[in-house]
Amino acid sequence: MKKHSVKKTNDTVFYIIITLASVSSVFILFGIILSIFSQGLKLFNSYNFLDFITGLNWYPVYDPPDFGILPIIAGSLLITSLTIIIAVPFSIATAVYISEIAKPHEKEILKPVIEVLASIPSVIYGLFGMAVFAPFIQKLLNLKTGFNAFTASIILGIMIIPIISSISEDAINAVPMNLREASYALGATKWETIFKVVLPAAKSGIITSVILGIGRAIGETMVVLMVAGNSAVIPKTIFDSVRPMTSTLASEMGETPVGSTHYYALFAIAAVLFVITLILNFIIGLIRGSLKTRHNN
Amino acid sequence: MKNISDKRKLRNLQGIILLRIIIAANIFFLFLFLAMIFLKGYKVLSLSFLFEFPRQHMTEGGIFPAIIGTLLLTVISVIIAMPLGISGSIFLSEYARPQWLVKIIRLAINTLAGVPSIVYGLFGMAFFVYFLRFNVSILAGGCTLAVLILPIIINAGEEAIKTVPTDIREASYALGATKRETIIKIVLPSALPGILTGVILSIGRAAGETAPILFTAGTFYMIGLPGSLFDKCMALPYQIYALMTEGTHPEKQHPIAYGTAIVLLVLIFIINFTAVLLRYKIRRNRRW
Repeated sequence: MKKHSVKKTNDTVFYIIITLASVSSVFILFGIILSIFSQGLKLFNSYNFLDFITGLNWYPVYDPPDFGILPIIAGSLLITSLTIIIAVPFSIATAVYISEIAKPHEKEILKPVIEVLASIPSVIYGLFGMAVFAPFIQKLLNLKTGFNAFTASIILGIMIIPIISSISEDAINAVPMNLREASYALGATKWETIFKVVLPAAKSGIITSVILGIGRAIGETMVVLMVAGNSAVIPKTIFDSVRPMTSTLASEMGETPVGSTHYYALFAIAAVLFVITLILNFIIGLIRGSLKTRHNN
Repeated sequence: MKNISDKRKLRNLQGIILLRIIIAANIFFLFLFLAMIFLKGYKVLSLSFLFEFPRQHMTEGGIFPAIIGTLLLTVISVIIAMPLGISGSIFLSEYARPQWLVKIIRLAINTLAGVPSIVYGLFGMAFFVYFLRFNVSILAGGCTLAVLILPIIINAGEEAIKTVPTDIREASYALGATKRETIIKIVLPSALPGILTGVILSIGRAAGETAPILFTAGTFYMIGLPGSLFDKCMALPYQIYALMTEGTHPEKQHPIAYGTAIVLLVLIFIINFTAVLLRYKIRRNRRW
């Protein structure tokens, strides 16, 4: 009997330890929010919030400094939208091919290729962009510089293909076989079945994968830092150099004195970036939620 | 009638050929990428490149301190993240109560998984470097990377634990084992290979990340090894970035950057290959 109660206490202790360790992720999230926002909000003690959000000039070391992040936001938006335009068709095509067309032995080659692409560190994609691809694009299109939004977006697009395609592939695989068979039975070709039956049925999973891809593209640092050219000006064409939020943080934080207005301004950018990823997460949650209710009905 | 059907067949054929071209482009790119990096970097590779210290401000010599630095950062991050992560996956899959706590933890993990790596870097700098006064150090960088890989370990662990069938848990309870005993002696050993696969993949991730260590651990040039965990360190990914963008002798630095990239790629391929082998073994040995 005594042994039994010892066991019970041990079980309770174990449960408490496991729970506390699990709650650490909640604390970490709060820690991130607290440290980013507490530093970031200090900017607005000395700088107008509207000037920050709508200002056209980012001159952090001028006297007086300008902390307008519109050119930086514009850089992020341009890179992200170009990246998605490039990556989405390739990713979905890859996913469709792997799950609908590839024969088993082809799958055995293709899946590792995708996994290898996914495991390459972003700094090496950046290196490739800097050393090989940017000079190539410059010569090919006869540009002033190969370090621009277009080049960075292509590299970034290639980098996120594995992410979007593997999640889309899961969604496509989850489409029940009998839908396809019904389509074939009605005389549809493979192509028609893919486009009119499979892809519409996998729609919400594919949208989720694209949103995750957007999150990755907007948050990726090394490629844009090394390839996008780093000029904080609102781009006029896709061949202009840009400096998105992430590369602003990476390139300026190292030289900024702790506690300066510039330091707080960088944290304010990080806060903006964090809010954007929160919103993207929230949208994914909504899609998953609506999926669940549909399944339950 | 025949005409329409031919058109549809043609469309079908064209479509499939288009998909094949796209796939071929993917594979072509991977090989082009690896070949380019290798061709540019293989000349500097040698045993002394791996085991010597850098000289003359990173324009000569080897990358030994960067290899050691990356190893230290990864080991520390895994030591911190593994117990937390595995506990998290046990909680989510075995206890999963109270419901409100499960919901909050899941929300936190999903959010953490989407946070950009540079934001982790800023958090690490504000929290570990300045608030906890770790300074720019291996410890601060390791902690930052730990936070980054935590969601990966939790998610992989939960998947692995879920695949353990309920009947062996019930068999354990039927023999009088408590929940704790069942988890430690039955569930975890069965799920271990799957959990380890997740941990190994997260090691690969931690070894390749640059942005989180820019302001928490990395330094460009060291002539010796770090003396303690409170020292800065060199790291492979950071060094590639620094060699390409800092310093005054690009013509001498760039070949070293390519060489470093090959070393990092090989390291990460070995890590991931181990994970793939392990996963393959699990599938083959599965008893249920």
